[in-house]
Amino acid sequence: MAARRSALRRKDSTPARASHQPPQAATRAVNLDRLIHDRTRLAIISALAASSTLTFTELKQLLDLSDGNLSVHARKLEDAGYVTCTKGFEGRLPKTQFSLTEAGHRALRQYLDHMEAIIRHARTRSRS
Amino acid sequence: MPWTAMHERAAESIEFIRETMVRSASFTAVPGQGGVAMGAIGVLTAVLASQAPTPERWLATWLVAAVVAAPIGLTATLVKARRNHVALWSASGRRFMQGFLPAIVAGAALTLALVRADRIELLAPTWLLLYGAGILAGATASISVLTWVGALFMALGVGAVATTGQPWADAWLGAGFGGLQIVFGIIITRKHGG
Repeated sequence: MAARRSALRRKDSTPARASHQPPQAATRAVNLDRLIHDRTRLAIISALAASSTLTFTELKQLLDLSDGNLSVHARKLEDAGYVTCTKGFEGRLPKTQFSLTEAGHRALRQYLDHMEAIIRHARTRSRS
Repeated sequence: MPWTAMHERAAESIEFIRETMVRSASFTAVPGQGGVAMGAIGVLTAVLASQAPTPERWLATWLVAAVVAAPIGLTATLVKARRNHVALWSASGRRFMQGFLPAIVAGAALTLALVRADRIELLAPTWLLLYGAGILAGATASISVLTWVGALFMALGVGAVATTGQPWADAWLGAGFGGLQIVFGIIITRKHGG
């Protein structure tokens, strides 16, 4: 639980500067990573950030997705280098496992930074 | 898009990420039906143990119940994990066990120590408190309803401490290992797929 919280709260120095420079924060907030802004892909990335590896079936059930839907979105994330897909067998049954790459972790952190910057900027504006 | 709307959307996104991460990291193969079966054993055992003529027979009754119920719980967990295509030794499963098992091992060791010290009257609160503590610790990596189960077991344990003695012991143990497991087993079966 603490690891999850710390992962969600992890920040680098960029958003700290952003809080003192609302216009830049606003610009960055608009330049979102559209690839993971999509709810389904954001869910895949978030799930994989919390569990180091998930099988196709686990992800499908966890996020309540169809086979086709998960395949399409996972392929987009794989093409972007955010997710790795390992195909193998467990006994005779095929098993596909997904995990988040370092680029994927970074993209999620940056996305969270964007969201936090937007919230900070809105708070700054509401005070002024 | 106005800033207030963007602000709300950003807050929603962060909450969405948080919820997804919590769900992803939760151990969901907690057996509801197995819990009901173990609860039925608990109720039956409480009735039988209350009629035991000696403390030794009382202890033997509860230990046999534990030996019967434990494989039922383990088998039910394995069956549910397999049915849901969840690896029992996934990261969340391991975290659940890391929380749950130490208290169970402590309970077994203290049972031995208390029996040797001829303090059998302290077994009921010890079992209830440690089982509750184990479930509470495991709940941090599992479904949230287990927090209630653990807390209520511990509350029963506190009650058992306050009324130490064999007639009360069976009431507290029956309420915990019987009643609580049946009630929450039904809730888990309905809300968490069996």
